[in-house]
Amino acid sequence: MKFKVLILILVSLLTFGCGGGDKPKSEVYVYSWGDYLNPEVLQLFEKETGIHVILDEFDTNESMYPRVAEGAVHYDVLCPSDYMIQKLISNDLIQPLDFTKLPDAKKYIGEEFFKQAETFDPGNKYSVPYCWGTVGIIYDKTKVTDPVDSWSILWNEKYKGQILMQDSARDALMIPLKIMGKSLNETDKEVLAKAQEMLVEQKPLVQAYVVDEVKDKLINSEAAMGVVFSGEAPIILKENPNMAFAIPKEGTNFWIDGWVITKDAQNVDNAHKFIDFMCRPDIAAKNFDHLGYSTPNTGVRELVEDEELKNSPIAFPSSEVYKGQETYKYLGNQMDEYYNSLWMKIKVD
Amino acid sequence: MFNRGVRNILLTPFLIWAGLFIFIPLVCIIWYGVTDYDGNFSLANMGLIFNHGYFDALELSVALALISTVICLLLAYPLCLILTERQRDNTTIISLLFILPLWMNSLLSTMAWQTILEGNGIINQLMRLLNLPDLQMINTPGAIVLGMVYNYLPYMVLPLYISLTKIDRRILEAARDLGANSWQTFTKIILPLSIPGAISGITMVFIPALTTFVISALLGGGKLLLIGNIIEQEFTFHYDWHIGCALSVILMIFIVLNMLLTAAFDKQEEEAV
Repeated sequence: MKFKVLILILVSLLTFGCGGGDKPKSEVYVYSWGDYLNPEVLQLFEKETGIHVILDEFDTNESMYPRVAEGAVHYDVLCPSDYMIQKLISNDLIQPLDFTKLPDAKKYIGEEFFKQAETFDPGNKYSVPYCWGTVGIIYDKTKVTDPVDSWSILWNEKYKGQILMQDSARDALMIPLKIMGKSLNETDKEVLAKAQEMLVEQKPLVQAYVVDEVKDKLINSEAAMGVVFSGEAPIILKENPNMAFAIPKEGTNFWIDGWVITKDAQNVDNAHKFIDFMCRPDIAAKNFDHLGYSTPNTGVRELVEDEELKNSPIAFPSSEVYKGQETYKYLGNQMDEYYNSLWMKIKVD
Repeated sequence: MFNRGVRNILLTPFLIWAGLFIFIPLVCIIWYGVTDYDGNFSLANMGLIFNHGYFDALELSVALALISTVICLLLAYPLCLILTERQRDNTTIISLLFILPLWMNSLLSTMAWQTILEGNGIINQLMRLLNLPDLQMINTPGAIVLGMVYNYLPYMVLPLYISLTKIDRRILEAARDLGANSWQTFTKIILPLSIPGAISGITMVFIPALTTFVISALLGGGKLLLIGNIIEQEFTFHYDWHIGCALSVILMIFIVLNMLLTAAFDKQEEEAV
């Protein structure tokens, strides 16, 4: 530990040693997913409140965590996913929110989303939901002749070399676990070993394990089907009309990304103002327009101008789609490592 | 050239640089590599190389890096010979053609290869035009080797070319005068004299090819993991600095081995000449 401190001191001396000088006015440091906010919204926030937003972006929860844990940069507001919020809580890295300062969050964020968020944030003390979605299969109607209603289609020999899978331990193992009728927060090592075996069996059929590239590949018809987050589906369907989206009957992951405030935030008041601003319906609608991810904000739908999007069952699904679905939980450091080691074995096999 | 005092002053900036950005980070990596989470000495993380199939990834990395190096050498050597032969012609144009790709960001050119090799990529579209069957190129070891050769070929060409142009033309003329035919001139004079250049070329291709993770990530489709990808995942994704550093140290051993081998070879050559 001492060593880490030493490195940090050295690095900060080198990078910030010559800086300093003019005192900042009012700021808030936000660390969020890449391209997860409408730039117009940030300008509006600065104009209305006079608070300057400094935005940094991450591409995975896992790459965000060390930067926050090491404290190399002091962020005020973060936007991690469900299980990562739980990990931040259990490692004492975020602070309880003051909901008296978040009137719009209480007013507009749907109750069912706060309820679902209790699985990773009991009592809804630490987080305000920002985006949510499910995971499903996008498939090419001209190439896939079988009905797509089950995850097991991803094991169909007919589509060898035509299948795209998500390149992440939890998202990959979730699928065989659901096929076996198990929880996606499974901790029984025997069950997990079986899930791993299924993925190894599937590997020859898989064209590639992908993250963000999945959108481009499916738009260009590079594959017959791919596992995608529901928020990516409307864009793919719009660009490539041969595609369709389905949520398998075995169940899926109901994910929620939420706003949280770090333990050592320097601008706690501004952070609350920022989060509440994001919950204002007109602002949430602007973000929704920009992103296409489903919003837990109940005031947004009537503000959407694009009729097609307004009536899209993917962007605004009925509660049937997510009712009873599971959300990822943080399974502890050891279980995390076990999941990762299983996934690495699949990938190098 | 300089007296002692001046030399020390001139050296200081580099020594500070080397200490801060080479020595200290190296010590950190080794320190993390040989300790566990509680900071106790342990070689357990190093031992992990034999687990999880990490050793397979290391073997694959060494194999692909070797193949790419050999291909680069086979491509670059004749090219450099021709370039030196025509020394007084427009060689600048030819060498520009090989140096020019270096001006472009390697990430971009690798992404371009992705579009070329893909299932519905440029090559397969041409194949379809000619009524030929599609080729499966992307996400194969071959695609990774192609990416490596494309990216690292200039690093083989440059040192080879320099060592070949440095050969004194008069030696070649003398060989001819004394009755050596072109093959003899090549094997007895040009080849031995170009070996130092070939060796630095081999090192400059082999090491980045061994440690790359970008090329394999883009052209391997996440299905082929090289040791570089595993180290990258340990740091960025699993947040495990100890395993990441331990694997880096093991990789460093391979690099040092490569350098010792080439250095020994170099010395032997020098003595022979």
